[in-house]
Amino acid sequence: MKFTKTLAAAAAMGFALTGGAMADDHPVKAGFIYVGPIGDLGWTWTHDQGRLAVEAEFGDKVETSYVESVPEGADAERVMSQMARSGVDIIFTTSFGYMDPTINVAADFPDVAFEHATGYKRADNVSTYSARFYEGRYVIGEIAGAMTETNKIGYIASFPIPEVVRGINAAYLAAKSVNPDVEFKVVWVYTWFDPGKEADAANALIEQGVDVIMQHTDSPAAMTIAEEKGVYAFGQASDMSNFGPNAQLTGIIDVWGPYYIERVQAVMDGTWESTDTWDGVQEGMVGFAPFSDKLPDDVRARAEATIAALAAGELHPFTGPINKQDGSVWLADGEVADDGALAGLNFYIEGIDGELPN
Amino acid sequence: MFRLEQRPQPSKTMLYLTPVIAVLATMIVGAALFALLGIDPGSAIYLLFIDPFVDSYNLSQLFVKASPLILIAMGLSLGFRAGVWNIGAEGQFIVGAIAGGAVGLALWGTEGWWILPLMAIAAALGGGLWAMIPAVLKIKFNANEILVSLMLVYVAENFLAQMVQGVLRAPDGMGFPESRNLGRNDATSLPDVFPALGIDAGGVVMLVLLALAFFLLQKHALGFQIKLTGESSRAARFSGVKPGIIIAVCLGISGAAAGLAGLFELTGAAGKLTIDFPVGYGFTAIIVAFLGRLNPVGILLAGVVLAGTYIGGENAQFQLQLPAAAVTVFQGMMLFFLLGFEILINYRIKRLRRAV
Repeated sequence: MKFTKTLAAAAAMGFALTGGAMADDHPVKAGFIYVGPIGDLGWTWTHDQGRLAVEAEFGDKVETSYVESVPEGADAERVMSQMARSGVDIIFTTSFGYMDPTINVAADFPDVAFEHATGYKRADNVSTYSARFYEGRYVIGEIAGAMTETNKIGYIASFPIPEVVRGINAAYLAAKSVNPDVEFKVVWVYTWFDPGKEADAANALIEQGVDVIMQHTDSPAAMTIAEEKGVYAFGQASDMSNFGPNAQLTGIIDVWGPYYIERVQAVMDGTWESTDTWDGVQEGMVGFAPFSDKLPDDVRARAEATIAALAAGELHPFTGPINKQDGSVWLADGEVADDGALAGLNFYIEGIDGELPN
Repeated sequence: MFRLEQRPQPSKTMLYLTPVIAVLATMIVGAALFALLGIDPGSAIYLLFIDPFVDSYNLSQLFVKASPLILIAMGLSLGFRAGVWNIGAEGQFIVGAIAGGAVGLALWGTEGWWILPLMAIAAALGGGLWAMIPAVLKIKFNANEILVSLMLVYVAENFLAQMVQGVLRAPDGMGFPESRNLGRNDATSLPDVFPALGIDAGGVVMLVLLALAFFLLQKHALGFQIKLTGESSRAARFSGVKPGIIIAVCLGISGAAAGLAGLFELTGAAGKLTIDFPVGYGFTAIIVAFLGRLNPVGILLAGVVLAGTYIGGENAQFQLQLPAAAVTVFQGMMLFFLLGFEILINYRIKRLRRAV
């Protein structure tokens, strides 16, 4: 009995050694923590594309690993700790809800670099990064304003947080600039990913006469409904034209690869330090899916010009005069919103109907 | 053709051995599955079943994961024994956390040893009352408690979303939908008791309640009535057991236990209420209850084994790139084998001769 126990323990040790053994001049190890499954074709999928870009760039000089569908909170903290303990050099935590867990775990592992997406808390070994998605929303808002015939644009919104409110405002500004009669109908679904609810919201919007749908949720459900009902929609996070070959006009693409490559390179060079990155069209973090051939030439040309202006840094979507919903002045003529104001944006601008929840 | 034929005398030994056999069968079939996925089955089984129980960091996380599962499963097992099927523990878990959390948030800034117990009472009441909805509907209108309790999970999720968007939202959270961090606040965070195994004050309460459940089932008249109702509701009725009371008691206890588990999760591991606060403990606990043969000791063991597969599953994901879904399949397989083997204890397969 005792002998078999010893044997089992020895076998266990053997596993542990093969599992944990590492070469001395080891490649840089990068870990990724995902909130959804890599097959979500949206948010998590684009981050995983970024991870694959890192592998493609560095080949065997880098080793990447990931854990998918990690709940935010206690589980996230454990997974990060386990990853850090396994000898990973840099960990990308790719959801807002990982903010506190990232800060907590980073304090225990001062030699590991942490990169938290979309948060606002930093530390000596914690950087934050996000993309100026509102620039993308400005472009598709302009297209939506030009393409709607009913002058009603539907917007499937997740939560009334600054990130989402900013997108609605940017899209409305752009739509209004090309179509003064445009009207926005916003539905709050209180989820980032729930195909059922997103589809219900799309159907409800279409019944209200909406003929272009925008979304700030992650699944392609609204796109499939748009295809079915013959209205237009935009891809979210990735190209969703497979789900709506006729419906998709273009889409906002999250491009994380170049940033991930840059940060892993910094770890290799020993130059990594804590930074706060908010990149947009100009830096290439926000990209666009191919334009549908349903776009008339003038709409396409204007969208391309807008993208070019954003890329050149000549256009800022939030340039005054812009009033708040209640008519009070937010930005004076020519005034550009600063990043701090944008980060905390919690009101609708003038012209948007309906009340922002809370 | 084959037919299932009831065994006259199901083997007692086999009854206790089935969970072990089910786990072994899961390991073997799981290993084959991993091999098909191109993953070294030996390392995968090691990471899922052994590493969680030998590595000191993993051990320190074991009861963080196991405690809520065991506490909820303990409550559910009483009802399952009586044939009262509460499938909505996840909803009761959420409502308990909201009720207890609301008390803690209302008392924000106050110090005192009595705050946590008060929150615990609120959580147990919240979860218990939420479970009373299917109980009352069952007693009054004979509504199916499986459906009602399950549907109330979705109601609870939406209620949670509204709460963290609204009254329970942190005032300094930049508008993000989450509460203040109760786990970072002395008066509302659960103290650690045995950190090497991840047992905090909530874990201790869980163990005490488990012992009480054991006593209830073994020695107390109510436990006897619960068991009798499950085995033969007619016999129970003749001996004076009121089915309505059994339904209310079973749903009430399981709801209160799930509500408490929600509070312990909130004030311990999770810290704050967010929309993603529920991670499925209420559903996984159903597996734990059956894997533990609806017996308090068995549930303790089953909770620990399942918690291990969660922790091991995370490790296997980034060390072997085992897909997250494979871990879920693995856990489902365990329940499947258990229920499958259970049939074979009570029945035997008999070959039928075709009539000529």
